[in-house]
Amino acid sequence: MMFDVSIITDRVEPILHGLLVTFQTWFAGVLIGLVLGLGIAVLQLFGGRWLRIPLRMFIEVIRATPFLVLLFLLYYGGPEFGLSLEPITAGILGMGVYGSVYFAEIFRGGFQSVPKGHVEAAECLGMGRWQCIWRVQLPQMLVIILPALVNMITILCKETAVLSIITIPELTMVLTGIGSETFAFVETLLVLCIGYLILIELSSRLGLWLERRVGRFLVRS
Amino acid sequence: MNDVTTPILTLRNVGKRFGTNQVLKGVDLDVQRSEVVCLIGPSGSGKSTLLRSMAFLEEYDEGEIHINGQLLGWQSISPRRRASRSRLNQVRSSLGMVFQQFNLWPHMSALGNVCEALVRVKGLTRSDAERKGRAMLDKVGLAEKADAFPAQLSGGQQQRVAIARALAMEPSLMLFDEPTSALDPELVGEVLQVMKQLAADGMTMVVVTHEMGFAAQVADTVAFLDGGHIVAKGAPRDIFHDTEHPRLQQFLQNYLDRNAFWQDLKETPA
Repeated sequence: MMFDVSIITDRVEPILHGLLVTFQTWFAGVLIGLVLGLGIAVLQLFGGRWLRIPLRMFIEVIRATPFLVLLFLLYYGGPEFGLSLEPITAGILGMGVYGSVYFAEIFRGGFQSVPKGHVEAAECLGMGRWQCIWRVQLPQMLVIILPALVNMITILCKETAVLSIITIPELTMVLTGIGSETFAFVETLLVLCIGYLILIELSSRLGLWLERRVGRFLVRS
Repeated sequence: MNDVTTPILTLRNVGKRFGTNQVLKGVDLDVQRSEVVCLIGPSGSGKSTLLRSMAFLEEYDEGEIHINGQLLGWQSISPRRRASRSRLNQVRSSLGMVFQQFNLWPHMSALGNVCEALVRVKGLTRSDAERKGRAMLDKVGLAEKADAFPAQLSGGQQQRVAIARALAMEPSLMLFDEPTSALDPELVGEVLQVMKQLAADGMTMVVVTHEMGFAAQVADTVAFLDGGHIVAKGAPRDIFHDTEHPRLQQFLQNYLDRNAFWQDLKETPA
């Protein structure tokens, strides 16, 4: 079997563009997912019963839906309900919603890991609930939940491959396109794997660096 | 309302139940300005629950607690309706709480712990808060540890930072929930020393403690709890020489026995 490098080197530009689109949708999706997920977790824990029940249902339903189906519903089913989205918008939104429920569960676990006494101390000093969440609970729990967050973020990176089915020209779509055009499947799939590896390696490095940074206070003398 | 004759803290018939377990059964207590009250009693007697009720960390469900004449935690008593969080915080602002487990926030330095509420609640600027925070740390003898994180401090030092954090808010009443129970015996002294100084400076204090020596030396009033009641209350001298309450005598006997044991051990030739 011949391994033809020129198939790749001749198409560096579209491949890099695909990588960029993958990165953009991933990054935007993760951002939406994190913000939404934190909101869901906070409202679920502190918003009372009338928020807890519907949010719990939302989490369960989204978790039970494959990403592919969620995307189809959003992109092809959306117009039926008057929601016509550009592929890229639908992709990012779908990614955010899909990720948010997993992030929400990670945040929920994080909140429950902070000792109750730390919250009581804040209460006794007159701090409000939001001040307590923002200044006392979140920074502490971040150390504990960072590995789980980074894990979920890397999973979402690979889920972007599914976006090709709603015609988003991300890395998988570009490279499988080149593959079927040239029949050079081995070369293209190999490059595809390397592309994801680079992105995921970057995110886990960043995660480790952050872990060390936010965990500084755990040093013992 | 704040004249010398009005108690800072009044408890009237305070009750608390956890499910079917009635932990507090109608407690009455007055704490006067500058008074030091020690709550003693066996575990499960309700003394910690009583102290936590005074900060509304436990919602007492019978009776009334007033701090500086203001009803704590409830907007109305019958029917019981919870006060808003801001109202609760306003009543609570005149008390400071010190916990058995210190409850310092581990991601902030000692100074950060002391300054946080000064900035967020009192609205001080960062530099004013730090000046005040350093003064408070100096007061508990930890000026040089301002930048240390809690994990870098001993238990005794952590508890002193926690005391400084509460003091910084200028409470008129300090509540201590077994402040030395989580400490190595060697570190108990430094915390008690700070508390003695506070009492000498005229701070009003309610202390749940197992340190009978501290209670005997520092308290104006000692209250003995058993089974959710205050069984006996009085000056330390009267409580420690009590002849009326068998349960109290039995409780104190345990301490005497332990002391006698160490005394014997010391006097036994090697």
